[in-house]
Amino acid sequence: MIELQEVAKTYVTGAGPVHALRGADLKITRGEFVAIMGQSGSGKTTMMNILGLLDRPTGGRYLLEGSDVSDLDADERARLRGREFGFVFQAYNLVPRLSAIEQVELPLVYQGAKDRRERAAAALERVGLSVEFHRRGPTQLSGGQQQRVAIARSIVVEPRVILADEPTGALDTATSAEVMALFRDLVQRHGITVIIVTHEAEIAALTDRIVRMVDGRIVGDVETRLLARGQQEASA
Amino acid sequence: MSIADALRVATRAILANRLRSILTTLGLVIGVTSVIVLIAVGQGAQVGVASKIRGLGTDLIFVQPGQSNDRTTGARGQSVSLTRSDSDAIVAAAIPGVAGVAPQISFNAQLIAGSNNSRGSVIGTTPDYITVRSALVAQGEFVTDTDVDRRALNMVLGSALAESLFPNGEAIGQQVRLAIGGPLGFNFRVVGVMAARGGATDQDSQAFVPVTTMQSRLPFTRNSTGEIAVNQISIQMTSKADQKAVKAEITNLLVARHAVAAPDFTVQSQNDLLGAASEVSATLSILLGSVAGISLLVGGIGVMNIMLVSVTERTREIGIRRAVGAQSRDIVLQFVTEALTLSIGGGLLGMALGVGIALGLNGRQVAGQAMTTLIQPWSIIVAFAVAAGVGLASGSYPAFRATAIDPIVALRNE
Repeated sequence: MIELQEVAKTYVTGAGPVHALRGADLKITRGEFVAIMGQSGSGKTTMMNILGLLDRPTGGRYLLEGSDVSDLDADERARLRGREFGFVFQAYNLVPRLSAIEQVELPLVYQGAKDRRERAAAALERVGLSVEFHRRGPTQLSGGQQQRVAIARSIVVEPRVILADEPTGALDTATSAEVMALFRDLVQRHGITVIIVTHEAEIAALTDRIVRMVDGRIVGDVETRLLARGQQEASA
Repeated sequence: MSIADALRVATRAILANRLRSILTTLGLVIGVTSVIVLIAVGQGAQVGVASKIRGLGTDLIFVQPGQSNDRTTGARGQSVSLTRSDSDAIVAAAIPGVAGVAPQISFNAQLIAGSNNSRGSVIGTTPDYITVRSALVAQGEFVTDTDVDRRALNMVLGSALAESLFPNGEAIGQQVRLAIGGPLGFNFRVVGVMAARGGATDQDSQAFVPVTTMQSRLPFTRNSTGEIAVNQISIQMTSKADQKAVKAEITNLLVARHAVAAPDFTVQSQNDLLGAASEVSATLSILLGSVAGISLLVGGIGVMNIMLVSVTERTREIGIRRAVGAQSRDIVLQFVTEALTLSIGGGLLGMALGVGIALGLNGRQVAGQAMTTLIQPWSIIVAFAVAAGVGLASGSYPAFRATAIDPIVALRNE
């Protein structure tokens, strides 16, 4: 479904060109639960921005469902992004002053969708945020609740892919586990593809596949299952 | 994003910063208010001046001495090219359309009756004055032909003057002393009191005496040839008179009498005065309107400034909206709607205030005069349209700046 071919991204800065991605090849099929791991500066966030059509590559091709989306303009990308992708960020990125349910309605507003209220309420229900919290603004919600709102916002348009950038970065261990369980549920019950960008091995271990990045290159791509077995064998 | 959604977002953003929103629109409120009020005042002044000129009488022509190099003698600095015999000549010529001729010579003097005294304008004239100026006598009688022939020391008081000189008693038959400065002074007997005319021309503070009395008693009213110099000759025309023709005949007559090449006097009809006055008022209206227009413009700059701040402040919000699928036109719509809501709100408030103030000022005494305001519907429409237009213009640039924000950068913006 998602295919990157030799994708490169070079930023031109005052100090000279910065190569954030140096030819990445990646295929992700529908319903996968993938973690992209790497240190800061490894290019994993750039990777996510390109996957989520927030940014465009300076080299290579990005095929989404077989069609090249590398050269779409900002508005075309915005339209596609609103339909196909849901975003979850480390800093939640909720709009100040909007209530939980309004946050979730936001993507629907830009799609001009009908019955926004009902769909938003259903999405909040799905992430386990009960009705009493629907009217609260970001400042009246805990970090975990805010991240649930953000996840509800990402799934309300029924996207094919959810892209999460350090979604547990600001959460405690217990809440992190809850959020990861929620992603797992979305993958298994709704067939959504979830791609998580993280630098935490424990979080990555909760996914099905780990893509490792170093210096703008993909250096490892393994199934978590095999990795765990390898570790067991090593310790045995 | 629908317009209704954009309006909801705009209202919320405006209400979230109440004080700032109020201060921002204040410029536009003041602009719209002042356009409406100042134009109403300007138009009111125009109508007021016109009604004053009409209040002088109907179908009048005024002949006044023009510039003259003869500085030998003159009443209060006026040149002396116009004399009482000019007035008589106009009567004698029997110009068609002329219904009455009244010469007048006036100066300001102190009037004393017992312990009361008052300053007033003393006018020497003939019996015709009362018909020419459509004035009415309340008590007694006006200056008569006999008074003029005998150079009588009789005086007719304006209503306000009678009131202040004789606050608690009959004025008729009483003595009034006319003090002209220095040792000069004469006692007059009050023979009549005029009916109150109202208006702002101080017609009620005038005192009338026979023109001949002035000539004989007050040497400075005579010119070098011994004739009575007059300040003005008022001529009443019949309602169907050809005003232009009458003016031309009078001009020709006086030019011939004065034996000059060009008129050394001016002949103006009431219509001429009305025209001149309305020209002045129109200029005043334009001037006031421009001042108000500038304040509208300044108000618009204020809106633009705040919208730029608002866009910068909400960089992250814009990034989020972009990430969840907002296109450029959605972002433009959001900020233009916000600017328009602000400016239309300010415009409506300004309209209400402007109309309220203009209505409140109407009839108020300002600097001793009753103020007239006349609200012009077009000024309301123009002011409101300009406010809305200014809002649109000042919202557009910040809105397009907002679309240039890179969502990636915006989302990193803490």
